[in-house]
Amino acid sequence: MSLTAASGDARSVTGIRIDWTPYLVGVGIGVLSWLAFAVVNAPLGITTALSQVAGGAATPILGADAVAQNAYWKSNPFTLDYGTLFLVGTFFGGMASALAAGSFRFEVVPPVWRERFGGSPARRLAVAFLGGLIAMYGARLANGCTSGNGISGGLQLAVSGWTFLAAMFATGLVTAALLFRKA
Amino acid sequence: MSLPVSGTAALVLAVLFGFAFGWLLHRGRVASFDTIVNQFRFKDFTVLKVMLTAILVGGIGVLALIDGGMAKYHIKDANILAVALGGGIFGIGMVLYGYCPGTAIAAMGSGSIHAAVGFVGMILGGILYALSYPWLRDNVISVAKWGKMRLPELTGLSDLTLFGILAAVAILAFVAIERSRRTA
Repeated sequence: MSLTAASGDARSVTGIRIDWTPYLVGVGIGVLSWLAFAVVNAPLGITTALSQVAGGAATPILGADAVAQNAYWKSNPFTLDYGTLFLVGTFFGGMASALAAGSFRFEVVPPVWRERFGGSPARRLAVAFLGGLIAMYGARLANGCTSGNGISGGLQLAVSGWTFLAAMFATGLVTAALLFRKA
Repeated sequence: MSLPVSGTAALVLAVLFGFAFGWLLHRGRVASFDTIVNQFRFKDFTVLKVMLTAILVGGIGVLALIDGGMAKYHIKDANILAVALGGGIFGIGMVLYGYCPGTAIAAMGSGSIHAAVGFVGMILGGILYALSYPWLRDNVISVAKWGKMRLPELTGLSDLTLFGILAAVAILAFVAIERSRRTA
């Protein structure tokens, strides 16, 4: 069984076809967490570093002084440190996997969206922009996203991690039900 | 070499570990709008499978590392109002975006243009958050600060009991999910 298999389907003794890929990937992320804790003393996480990048992006807009004096960016300044370089790695990891699998393609309107809302690129991109904005704002308020709070917090049995997961699934389910309700 | 590493070695590992993370997210098909949105529609359980397996395998291993003195906890503050509110806001954004921040970055690498546009939205969200931070700190984050609390402290159950319960729930869920796919 290989993580590189395009499809991990295998027929079990019960005749149920089980795609083992998501479980193997979960094991992979779990083992990666062991390494992150033991080797670099830094759990997996994305949005703390992303807020540092936001500080870097805000510098030409708001001015270097305003960013330097901001109470939040003061403790999360933009530098090429462990967190921001991790983001660079994540980008190229996704790219390498897609190229190796032959699945790299430019996608503007994904199939599930198209089926419900049609093929308008403007509509999809506007909602993606808004969704990204809302997700990032919420992640920072919660002090972590699906990675930092959900996986890293969840695996440490942190109250913040499990509170985050419960709240995220609750509003996510309601949002999806409203978006995809039968007209 | 003594662990944990720091300095340049840690920066090299940051790229390597990030690369592995992005690779895994893409291979797990979670760097995909369709997979993530369909999880919230109960049409695809890939996200649940990946996350629960990662939490169980990661959690039991990290617990062993900590017990063996080879790792330290990194518990975030349970500022309960802020975490619950932030998680709730995040869930709405995640479904509209079709990605969470990590899967979005991996998806950008795999060619998703809407993930890249949403990335610009995330940067703006980060800027708006930093600008509103002083107010949030005084009025939201300061409410119900429970500190770096873990579930064993909250529930009175041991780590192993909690992981046992979690494993049992996960396995029952996985069996139910796979059985429902009998027709595949």
